[in-house]
Amino acid sequence: MTATALAQTGALGKRAVVRTARQPANVVFPLIFPMLLLAVNAGGLKAETQLPGFPTDSFLAFALAVPFVQGALLATINANVEFARDIQTGFLNRLALTPVRGIVLLVGQLGGLMTIAVVQAVFYLAVGLAFGVRLQSGFGGAAVLLLLETAIALAFASLGSWAALRTGSTEAVQGLFPVFFVFLFLSSMNIPRNLIEADWFRWVATVNPVSYLIEAVRALVITGWDWETIGLGFAVAGALSIVGFVLATHALWNRLERT
Amino acid sequence: MTDAISVARGVSWRVLHIFFTNKAFLLPSVAFPLFFFTAFVGGLSRIRQVPGFDFPTGYTAFQFVFVLLQSAAFAGVFTGFGIARDFETGFMRRLMLAAPNRSGILLGYVLSALVRWATVAAVVTIVALLAQMKVGGNGVDLFGLYALALLLNLAGALWAAGVAMRLRSQQAAPVMQMPVFLLLFFAPVYVPLNLLQGWIHGVASVNPITALLEAGRGFISGSPELTLAAFAIAVGLILGFAAWAFRGLRSAEAAG
Repeated sequence: MTATALAQTGALGKRAVVRTARQPANVVFPLIFPMLLLAVNAGGLKAETQLPGFPTDSFLAFALAVPFVQGALLATINANVEFARDIQTGFLNRLALTPVRGIVLLVGQLGGLMTIAVVQAVFYLAVGLAFGVRLQSGFGGAAVLLLLETAIALAFASLGSWAALRTGSTEAVQGLFPVFFVFLFLSSMNIPRNLIEADWFRWVATVNPVSYLIEAVRALVITGWDWETIGLGFAVAGALSIVGFVLATHALWNRLERT
Repeated sequence: MTDAISVARGVSWRVLHIFFTNKAFLLPSVAFPLFFFTAFVGGLSRIRQVPGFDFPTGYTAFQFVFVLLQSAAFAGVFTGFGIARDFETGFMRRLMLAAPNRSGILLGYVLSALVRWATVAAVVTIVALLAQMKVGGNGVDLFGLYALALLLNLAGALWAAGVAMRLRSQQAAPVMQMPVFLLLFFAPVYVPLNLLQGWIHGVASVNPITALLEAGRGFISGSPELTLAAFAIAVGLILGFAAWAFRGLRSAEAAG
């Protein structure tokens, strides 16, 4: 990537961040809602730690992984709704008339989303630490956690950008939220997979990629350096990112051709 | 009064026509409660093995009551979203000009919320029965359960209508939704009240929804408890939110 392309990517990424920061609802909701859900689940499901084989005696530590995935999801939806608005309002068409390369448009947008997700992740981590959670993987684990969050955000962001570019509709991108939410709830977010009693649910959670993202974050918090779980998390995030990026790039070409 | 009823009939017909003919409204209303039911019953059924969990009719029935009450409250809240949308599109101004009795507008939205919830409740109940939910209560108990949910639906609709009439924007959706969400989830959702520990036990103990939830679970297990308190709370919520909604209507009228 040339210096010019880098500068263009930076400018578009900055725009994505600033635009989000200027809308309080888009900043506050992704920070507060996952924390509320964490509070509700940590309180309501604390009794689950009494089940034989439960990996920790702190449900808060166990559940802290969820906001990282949920927050990335919320940030992605909000920012890609704005991206779809750019398409609806014709901003992308005008941008296409400038010397900015198509791929830079996409990379800039994704970079902005990842920045927002990392800022959120720092907030979730700080809240967790403030309420007594201690990362079993230590300080290095916190750094890996932020790296993993970047990968997770990239995965969701690229899929969200594909939806925005493919449909050019804010409603369609908003419609992704329930879909992602279903994936979140049908995962191992509330209970380890080996403790899920219903076979069909365990199967769904096992084939659900979100389970591996949550379990990788969870491993860093409650287990330590469980390389297999962490590696699976990065692999799933990487695979989703590649699929999303390829789809989004293809949709971008189609859209720019149309203009 | 006749005017109010005819306006209510017209408004509720319109809302229900939109609801039943538009997949974007119908599907989420039905899918979300089912999805919560599936996620909680499928994923968390092992919780019944936690020492002290002694709900007689099993975890499916335990969660069914929560999902039924949640669907009732949210069917009301979703109706508030529709009111806000009608304000944004300008339809409400025309409706207010045309309606000979504006209280009928509110009544119409509330009636539509009841029908919306009845549809969702029927689907959720069928799915729960297909999932082999055990029912310990008799016909009267089950009538009590559904009556309680219906009252909560009314309360939810009146709350959301009051917000929508005051803020008159779809951006008010979180204001309608979030307090209801918090009230519902700060109740004993996953385990009975006696198994909650720490701050959540304190919050759940004073949360009015807890009484509704426990009464509902008493009905389905055939051992009614807190019945009077639950119905008193539900009626109190309706009266309070009816005043809130009607004052909201007056505020919308004053705003033109």
